[in-house]
Amino acid sequence: MINTDICIIGAGPVGLFAVFETGLLKMRCHLIDALPQIGGQLSEIYPHKPIYDIPGYPTIKAQELIDNQMEQIAPFHPTFTLGERVEKLEKLEDGSFVLTSNEGTVITCKVVVIAGGLGSFEPRKPAVIGLEDFEGKGVSYMIKNPEAYRDQKVVLAGGGDSALDWTIFLADIAKEVTLIHRSDSFRGAPDSAEKVFNLASQGKIRLLLQCNLNSVHGNGKINKVGVLDKSKNESFIEADSLIPLFGLSPKLGPIAEWGLNIDKSAIEVNTFDFSTNVEGIFAIGDINTYPGKLKLILCGYHEAALMAQSAFKYVFPDQKLSFKYTTVNGINEF
Amino acid sequence: MENDLINITVEDQEGTVRDLEIPTDISLSLMEVLKASEYDILATCGGMALCATCHIQVLDDFELPAPGDDEADMLDTLHNAQSDSRLSCQIRITSELQGMRIKIIGAE
Repeated sequence: MINTDICIIGAGPVGLFAVFETGLLKMRCHLIDALPQIGGQLSEIYPHKPIYDIPGYPTIKAQELIDNQMEQIAPFHPTFTLGERVEKLEKLEDGSFVLTSNEGTVITCKVVVIAGGLGSFEPRKPAVIGLEDFEGKGVSYMIKNPEAYRDQKVVLAGGGDSALDWTIFLADIAKEVTLIHRSDSFRGAPDSAEKVFNLASQGKIRLLLQCNLNSVHGNGKINKVGVLDKSKNESFIEADSLIPLFGLSPKLGPIAEWGLNIDKSAIEVNTFDFSTNVEGIFAIGDINTYPGKLKLILCGYHEAALMAQSAFKYVFPDQKLSFKYTTVNGINEF
Repeated sequence: MENDLINITVEDQEGTVRDLEIPTDISLSLMEVLKASEYDILATCGGMALCATCHIQVLDDFELPAPGDDEADMLDTLHNAQSDSRLSCQIRITSELQGMRIKIIGAE
């Protein structure tokens, strides 16, 4: 079990700066992020893109900003749990919190700061009749153990790289593989697309182009899927498993279930200190919303600074907070 | 000044049709204009072609500059994309959009 003063959900630029601002006030932080590395979108999506609106930097590459921020917070020795998503948040009677990740990691803390950016990237679920009824009963949105598909009739849907790669991979394992794609070409890697076309012409897979997955049927477990062709005629294919692979989409995920006020996938906060409606939980950066909100890194930094002033009273209820400048006091490592 | 205002026709998710008049020097994407016009669009990713919640269809075979790689890749992953689908965050407001009709699809 990890015990800390502040648990920060999200290790992007704003979460990292929250370590700095709370560190100045001698509060300890633990960060947890669903991505396997520190840096949030900046490291995951656009590490080499220049950013032009960070004060003091006419231009800085996204990854460089993250690296600099890590150097800036090093004196405060933050700890990290990466590649795990917080599933459960529980508030105890004494006002402290217990957070549990999808991997079973438990973190106890006095303050929770949600700096989750866009949320976590989750598989996009298409609007298909009956799809959700068969989740875990033959429908899955990612492949964790390919061996589970041995000797099965597998239907995949989608046209991206993962649909192509898994079609090729499962062709050798499964009894029967069908790939459904709405267009007649693939934008994925040309090599993979060619392999898929070859497998289809050799009769090793069934390739249904210009078709759409429309419905899922079964009895307790999936047994067939309905596919619409170009003229909207539905035909049915026997299936033991269905794997829709329609990319990832940023979602709030379990955060939406924690009793926080949410408006259009963003957490409502009080601009006094970026507190949420749940005492002891703050939300900063792109994940929050308030009148006039701008999704800018620099706004997130400002929010982190104000949040830290209020978080202090939960971490050190018996102490009086006195505001100090770094130019006067420097950085006091702890 | 020529072409300093354009008109586009927008059909929302409920089927309500409305005309928007937009200054061409507004320097925004179509997604930003739709959001500012109070259409129900999440635009979670803020315009990086990552979330596809600003998905629209461009009607009447209206000709637009072709989507870039990021946009085309994202559209390709969408189950409900059609041949006339676009991400409104990737369309800049210019005089070329005069007379365009679009339908908002939004998040799947």
